Amino acid sequence: MKDNILVIHPRDNVAVALRTLAVGEQATGKGIAGFPALEEIPASHKIALRDISAGEEIIKYGETVAVSTRHIKKGEWVHTHNLESQRWKK
Amino acid sequence: MNKISGYERKNGSYGIRNHVLVLPTVSCVNGVISRISREVPEAVCVTHAHGCGRGGPRDLQILFRILSGLVHNPNVAAVVLVGLGCEVSNTKNLFPLIQEAGKPVEIFNVQEDGGSLQTAKKGAAAARRLLAEVRTQPRVALPWDKVLVSMECGGSDAMSGVTANVAMGALSDWLVEKGATVIFGENTEMIGTAHVLARRAKNEQVAREIEQMIDRAEKLSKDIMGNLASLVISPGNMDGGMSTIAEKSMGCIFKGGTSTINQVVDYGEMPTEKGLILQDGPGYDGDSMAGLAASGSQLMFFSTGRGTPAGFPALPVIKVASNSRIYEAMKDDMDINAGSLVEGKPLAELCPEMIDLMIRVINGEKTKAEANGMEVFTFMTVHPPF
Repeated sequence: MKDNILVIHPRDNVAVALRTLAVGEQATGKGIAGFPALEEIPASHKIALRDISAGEEIIKYGETVAVSTRHIKKGEWVHTHNLESQRWKK
Repeated sequence: MNKISGYERKNGSYGIRNHVLVLPTVSCVNGVISRISREVPEAVCVTHAHGCGRGGPRDLQILFRILSGLVHNPNVAAVVLVGLGCEVSNTKNLFPLIQEAGKPVEIFNVQEDGGSLQTAKKGAAAARRLLAEVRTQPRVALPWDKVLVSMECGGSDAMSGVTANVAMGALSDWLVEKGATVIFGENTEMIGTAHVLARRAKNEQVAREIEQMIDRAEKLSKDIMGNLASLVISPGNMDGGMSTIAEKSMGCIFKGGTSTINQVVDYGEMPTEKGLILQDGPGYDGDSMAGLAASGSQLMFFSTGRGTPAGFPALPVIKVASNSRIYEAMKDDMDINAGSLVEGKPLAELCPEMIDLMIRVINGEKTKAEANGMEVFTFMTVHPPF
């Protein structure tokens, strides 16, 4: 099956959806055995590659890009509703 | 296979094009340049909105640096400089700066050369003369350590930082490995990544310069935009899946690859180091491109996801589409489709294709922006005119 997620860096705990993933659809990428998307993941948005605890760093490009605000399950959509920026907090 | 050629300049630099540049000192004479352009379309005729009416030291520094930097750009073989006479960056003030480039320069002033029509006539004749002169110059082998490639992104979308900039980053690493120099700017698009870039600095001093540059960019964004500063990451960016400024910026800085950062140069300043260089320049594409060209870059890669056709005078600009939709929709403007990465093409396959195209462009093949004449020339100012 064609890859539908992209892991940019080996350290990353999120991957980028290459197209919109439906609920329950298998997410597959290089070196990643399929795992189900727990909710709809819009194209170019992030999906959790593993469980991420509250307060844990969100790693993309091998670097910290945000911090989670609650527990995020593998396969969940990762965006502004469950993470916060480390700067310009409002 | 990787043989490249160029035109050797007296100061030791190499151009990959052999252009005659027709440059106004001030916007007042833009009409003269346009007339020359109609008469001698083979010359690179640029107009701009500057040259007078701004007196602050920083604006003057930028004005002189960008105009003389364009003359110094290795792709420029000879210059027709058209002045007015009473402007700040008049030909007398500019001459000492451009003389150092060691290029044939012909100078005219509208107030001394019989008005606009006569000056256009003389300027066109000079451009034709210089074109005939430079046409005889042969291409010679070009060493990679004389190549300065700039990396730019603009009209970005959510895939820019995932496909196009990742591919450009791999290319940047390849170039640095070859001994070439890679430069990128757009300090507003580095906000949130100071720790990442500083960690890659070659020494403490460069690390500090990186942090200071990004601090200033962040402060400026806040000073100018106030509460809207957070819109540096916009609702549109968020709709595209970018959640934070750090995430957006990571996608931007990825285009420079992963090498050690050897120097931070000011806007339009020429690097003295090789390898990866950062430029303290603005995020606005047009202004950014001028700074990178004035720094001596002979070639530019420019990623875009929403799709901008912008090129730059005298500089081949290779347009890298971040998604297949815009590549197809703007096929006449795009050179490379990095959106193919999404359709399953491995980076290990795309990158050699980009290198191959780059080598062909260095050796003379025209990019889409170059062939289409999509040049934009504008540059940064810090104060409004008075």
